[in-house]
Amino acid sequence: MTNNPSFDARPKAGVGDSFRSWWNAQSRPMQWLFGVPFILLIALLPILNVPVLTTVGTNFGGVMAQFGMYALIAIGLNVVVGQAGLLDLGYVGFYAVGAYTVALLTSPNSPWNQTGPGGWLSSDWAWLACLPIAILITALSGLLLGSPTLRLRGDYLAIVTLGFGEIVRLLADNLEEITGGGRGLSQVAYPRFGTTEEFPLGVFSAGNVGKTLNSGVWWYWLSIVLIIIVLLFVGNLERSRVGRAWVAIREDEDAAEIMGVPTFKFKLWAFTIGASIGGLSGALYAGQVQFVVPTNFNVVNSVLFLCAVVLGGQGNKLGVILGAFIIVYLPNFFLGRTEILGIPIDGDSIAEYKYFFFGLALMVLMIFRPQGLLPVRQKLLTYGRELFVAARRRQHDEAAAPVEVTK
Amino acid sequence: MTGPLAQTFFSVSAAPPINFNVEALGNLFWQLTVDGLAYGSIYALVAVGYTLVYGVLRLINFAHSEIFMLGMFGQYAVLMLLGFAPSGNAYNEGTVMTIIYLGIAMIGGMAVSGGAAVGLERLAYRPLRKRNAPSLVFLITAIGASFVLQEFVHYILPTLTGGELGGVNAQVPIRLVAPEPQFTLFGATVTNITLIIIISAIVLAVATDMFVNRTKFGRGIRAVAQDPTTATLMGVSRERVIILTFLIGGILAGAAALLYTLRVPNGIIYSGGFILGIKAFCAAVLGGIGNLRGALLGGLILGVMENYGQVLFGTGWRDVVAFVLLILILMFRPTGILGESLGRARV
Repeated sequence: MTNNPSFDARPKAGVGDSFRSWWNAQSRPMQWLFGVPFILLIALLPILNVPVLTTVGTNFGGVMAQFGMYALIAIGLNVVVGQAGLLDLGYVGFYAVGAYTVALLTSPNSPWNQTGPGGWLSSDWAWLACLPIAILITALSGLLLGSPTLRLRGDYLAIVTLGFGEIVRLLADNLEEITGGGRGLSQVAYPRFGTTEEFPLGVFSAGNVGKTLNSGVWWYWLSIVLIIIVLLFVGNLERSRVGRAWVAIREDEDAAEIMGVPTFKFKLWAFTIGASIGGLSGALYAGQVQFVVPTNFNVVNSVLFLCAVVLGGQGNKLGVILGAFIIVYLPNFFLGRTEILGIPIDGDSIAEYKYFFFGLALMVLMIFRPQGLLPVRQKLLTYGRELFVAARRRQHDEAAAPVEVTK
Repeated sequence: MTGPLAQTFFSVSAAPPINFNVEALGNLFWQLTVDGLAYGSIYALVAVGYTLVYGVLRLINFAHSEIFMLGMFGQYAVLMLLGFAPSGNAYNEGTVMTIIYLGIAMIGGMAVSGGAAVGLERLAYRPLRKRNAPSLVFLITAIGASFVLQEFVHYILPTLTGGELGGVNAQVPIRLVAPEPQFTLFGATVTNITLIIIISAIVLAVATDMFVNRTKFGRGIRAVAQDPTTATLMGVSRERVIILTFLIGGILAGAAALLYTLRVPNGIIYSGGFILGIKAFCAAVLGGIGNLRGALLGGLILGVMENYGQVLFGTGWRDVVAFVLLILILMFRPTGILGESLGRARV
């Protein structure tokens, strides 16, 4: 995918520039000092129950749990699409592989169930034990799909991945003896944690409803923990040799190859890492809804994931999380709402039309702001973080106190 | 390996999920071939739209499947305007009148699809071309447009037409032609619908091929596909060529829409174009995207192979066969069967 030099994808100056320059000038401990309370605030959102933010028609905790899952997916897809520039339209396939791995190993309907008598999974720890297996298997499936197809050009890759996503769904639908076909697999394992007399199945069980601290909130917190781990991992990759190779491939694959970047190898890395993160979120999903059916893994979902990445700003990790939030939160925000700021609206039908509005938003965004809401800025990657921070600090100081120019 | 792992992984004795019904394939071979060719010619007509646009703009027009879907609604609306009530029962108007009505419906479908394709180009792609956007941006816009068109038919069209068109459910079919066997060929029954589809597709394919390869406009299309800059210097209007390619693609999709509704009367639904569009794109890639004759050939091959696969493995595996075929072809011949250049299609 070659970028046309006359197409300026990056804005000259944005709204968040001063904040970004200040943030980049801070040292790591300072960033944590400011970051941790912010993360805590975000984590406590479903409990604080802010009247403007909360959803009327559905449980806010549940919405936030879904957001956590989508954020994880968006981060994974961002590695593939945003950082390495490979358009993947079948990401839902990896998501499905992750979900089905957990379901096949833990659902009583599955022939490979390992939780019952004679199985090697204890029912309390089954979900957690399945996480690494799910990640491993999706990574393998990414490797399997990637190794023959990543030699293709961008457009072909998009359509082949789309086909892969459909194949996974159709396999789940057709292999009835194993996956239960259209009936799906039910009673998938989930973390048995915090079992009390009130909740004999633990706080993560679907039975934990009605209270402020419902199962949705617990799943949301779990996904935040996973997101932070994945973000640290992906962030470190981004600053490493691998990340620099990805940027080079994204900007100009031929040039990267000529400069000695083994493009195929690094594309395969991006694909595999992206896939394994997708598998992780699939496993999260399987545990949360405890029920896996093929219809949940339609191609439309792939497009919705891509929408989150593009909307937020491909390449920017925080941007894609924002994108995921918008994708999940906005339709739920309108659900059941009859007025907004005193203006009467038909919230239910707005929520119903969500694909129409997402499609429209994509088209308008591509014309006026193709880089997304929070675009990525190219950082000085070559000399490591210290030099980058030093350069930014100087830039920030100069911007704060402009030097008087005297004749 | 011992213990529970070995026990559970190796003692699974479920029935084989895939059947290899070679016998049925052998018995039905010619029937499947004839039906597959009919289905494949629909793919071929839709695939031309993908391949021409790709040849000229290097863009996967993801929304082309929705252009096809609009064509289905277009011909349906024309038939309703002609006074046919949607009842699901077949009409019997006599051979001549049926052909005339089908012709009018086809023109209606072509007009709607062609208009929609040109409108899409003007509204969605032209602003991007002016900004010189990279191909990923085009593709995402196309995906967005696909959503918008689908949801337009899903939610907005019913309110515009008083519930007559669009909505969640498929349209009650208006059936002008009831399938009747005409003659047998190698033991395969050929119905009137198969005949109509194959004859119309051949006429349209030959006409398109002549247009692209023999006329002045066609030379312009090939010139822009080969080298846009030089073509512009030689006095070819690139914008006009682009509109023309979208128009041809749309018109053929509209024609394919009518043929498809003859074959699948219950297929007129807002989501009805999506999978067919993906497969038509597969057909275009199979034959070599950007190559007109490749798209036609790819459509026929895909239609026939899919039909064989459906009998060999079971009905649910039909789509899997199509996608696996696509991946295999791309692995071993990344530019498709006939190669990918529209410019060099005619030496």
